[in-house]
Amino acid sequence: MTQDYASQIHRCFRCGYCKFPTDYSSLNCPSFRRFRFDSYSTGGRLWLIYAWLRNEIDWSEHLAEILYACTTCKNCVEQCPMKFSTDIVDWIVGARSDMVEKGRIPPQVARFFEAVHGYGNPLKLLRSDRAAWADGTKKYEPGDEYLFYVGCLGSYDENGQKMARSLADVLSAAGVSFGILGNEEECCGNEVYMLGEMGLFQTLAEKNNQQFKELSVTNIVTLSPHAYNVMKNNYHQFGADFAEYHYTVYHYTQLLYGLIKENKIRLSNNKAKVTYQDPCFLGRYNQIYDEPRQILQSIPGIELVEMERNRENSFCCGGGSGNFVMDLLAGGKDSPSRARVREAHDTGAEVLAVACPSCLTMFTDAIKAEDLDDKLVVKGISQIVKESLSSK
Amino acid sequence: MSDIYATLQEIVGKDYVSNQAEERYFYGRDPGLMPPHEPDYVVMPRTTEEVQEIIRLANKEKVAVVPKGAGLSLTGLVIPQIGGIVMDMKRMEGIEVNEAGRYVIVEGGVTHAALKSHLQKNYPHLRHSIPDSPPIATIVANAVIHGQGRLTQQRGFNSDMVSGLEVVLPTGEVCRIGSCAVSSYWFSKGPPMPDLSGLFLGWFGTTGVITRLGMKLYPCKKMRDVMLYITDRAELIPDIIRKLSHTEMMEDIVVSCAPLPLRFKGVFNMLVYITGDSEEELEFKRKMAWDALREYFESRDGGFMGVSPYMKPSLLAMPSKDTTRFADVSKGGGFEYSGPIAPIEKYPQYVKKLEELASKYNLFYSSAARVIDGGHSMMFSFSYTFNRADPDTMNRAKTALDEAAEFALDEGGVIWKPNLNEQRMVMERMDPNTLKLLGKIKQLLDPNGIMNPGNWEAK
Repeated sequence: MTQDYASQIHRCFRCGYCKFPTDYSSLNCPSFRRFRFDSYSTGGRLWLIYAWLRNEIDWSEHLAEILYACTTCKNCVEQCPMKFSTDIVDWIVGARSDMVEKGRIPPQVARFFEAVHGYGNPLKLLRSDRAAWADGTKKYEPGDEYLFYVGCLGSYDENGQKMARSLADVLSAAGVSFGILGNEEECCGNEVYMLGEMGLFQTLAEKNNQQFKELSVTNIVTLSPHAYNVMKNNYHQFGADFAEYHYTVYHYTQLLYGLIKENKIRLSNNKAKVTYQDPCFLGRYNQIYDEPRQILQSIPGIELVEMERNRENSFCCGGGSGNFVMDLLAGGKDSPSRARVREAHDTGAEVLAVACPSCLTMFTDAIKAEDLDDKLVVKGISQIVKESLSSK
Repeated sequence: MSDIYATLQEIVGKDYVSNQAEERYFYGRDPGLMPPHEPDYVVMPRTTEEVQEIIRLANKEKVAVVPKGAGLSLTGLVIPQIGGIVMDMKRMEGIEVNEAGRYVIVEGGVTHAALKSHLQKNYPHLRHSIPDSPPIATIVANAVIHGQGRLTQQRGFNSDMVSGLEVVLPTGEVCRIGSCAVSSYWFSKGPPMPDLSGLFLGWFGTTGVITRLGMKLYPCKKMRDVMLYITDRAELIPDIIRKLSHTEMMEDIVVSCAPLPLRFKGVFNMLVYITGDSEEELEFKRKMAWDALREYFESRDGGFMGVSPYMKPSLLAMPSKDTTRFADVSKGGGFEYSGPIAPIEKYPQYVKKLEELASKYNLFYSSAARVIDGGHSMMFSFSYTFNRADPDTMNRAKTALDEAAEFALDEGGVIWKPNLNEQRMVMERMDPNTLKLLGKIKQLLDPNGIMNPGNWEAK
């Protein structure tokens, strides 16, 4: 990993395009928006990594915090005018990986890895409680059409569980053949990958692939865009033992929109003004922008209004790269989640719709901190669809 | 913890001061070729009062202060030469538009990006002169270095468009410059009174910290277009510029040359921008441009070339990402240019020198020359790339730029945003009494010599 980025990282000119959305209407790099020192921008980070590689600066906890405050939201990749733009996140992950190998990481990151390694989730909750939310949802069996991969937040986080429960109910109502892994489900490893712990990531990817293979899984639907991303784009790196085995991964919004189109989900009136947050790992990472909006627009009574920054210019909730647990960007009104809920509120929407349990938990806290409890509510799209299910 | 650090924390809050190695490293250098020197502190004030307190502290402690925008001059103008405090202005981001008066008052950290977006959203019929530097460049810093932008052909340097200043003097007093000194309106930076803005514009922060700046706004026409005129005869460029600027209808005129792509080698590309409120207006201006250059079309010395739909958005973009992309054409992440403001008649000699130096030092080059103020002068860039990971290319580029600067001065130009070495070259050639005046003004305004030491030091 080191060679991959070390020979290229000097190419950043620190021009600063990475700080903006396309129309320059705001600052769109979450950590730069939060801390404002140029060292916390993508250019700052790349220059500091280069300095560290050349021994011009020593490792410090502050350096590591700067590196790990990046949410890997990919706004920089979207905006950087240089030909190397698509490599930027890989460079950051590469530098993190080097820090991991040297054992030089912030304590919050170390605790994250310990929890995933020991408990199979970053929240350090018991494996035996992973399916506590499921309430009778059946386990996956060979022959089921879909494996519903719930993920750590969907399994353990109070808000994530509501999203998961709603999705399971909607899928059941639509007559979809699916099952879950229950307490046998393992962390997807997206955050572990982004945080640079490649050994642990490989273990997780291989465990998951092995389990999927043993169960003859052919289609996976994920609650979280993070899981969708890593299974779709990164698991194949560890596929030597799975050369003849393939599965297709869907994010649940793709599946739900398909079901709506096929009239397998019928929706009744649900009057609300709604705005939608594009999750980074669904949008910028995988260009899925339309299906979540099409679901919302399929619901009679819902008026969809856009925030100023949307689609490829969306502003990250601040939860990426494990920050939904570590929250290195927390503190004050400049934290990304608080800035974003203010932007959502400014649209006049009463509902902030999300397609990611990480966004759900980040925004739920931010709404409280901004004292917007009685003005704005954050809901998963699966929850909105469940509320809108027609009884006819 | 030092007293200075603790006091800075008291002034701006602990989140907005750093003396850590990482911030000191980053703020101790810029993307150009000047040697780094680290500050002791980086501080981000939010208000004019906080700026005052920092300046008073610096005077008391005899510590240097370097006000900083985005740090994109490429010539090291905000590298703190003796350490001290780098004052990053980006948290001062207020924007107040006077629509009827066609001007805006911006705080010291407002970026061109923020103003462009603000105007597009709220006052789409108004615009400002957007430079080719990246969007994070600030309005104030760009004016302080006499930057240029899309309206420079019509309106002069961006500093010519300033309509008032609020400055914290090096001794801590707040001072208003221009009509805003006697009125609540910011329509003029001086006239009909003595124009004191010259005490601050072009001084690179050595005479005070500009905390607010009035900038004139201009009509934003509904349509823009770009025409591409090409010729392979450098000696014709001055006359072509004279003929085009005579029409008084061009928004902007930029002449560029580069050895790659090969189809452009030896060819001078003149980008001629026009604006209009209707297609008829645009068509009329296109016709005027054609008519102005008919002579050269008929002699087959040049002609307008179609601009493909693929190229057009990039050419019309403000700011232009292509300027930034030049930094990585050699995959080295670096470029710098010496940019003399020069008589347009010198274009052929400057181009010859640009190519000579590129060949002599084996460097990739390009040049963009922008017409200033209706054709009274041009900014000609001697631009060379370097590889940030290869000290040899950096040394060669530095030497080439030094030679380019000497040449440009010998040929009647004056260096734009000169680095320390170029400032020395300029001052060596300066009229001795002018140089003394420079020194007297600096001494009078900054008796303790705390403001951006090293720059414009008339010894």
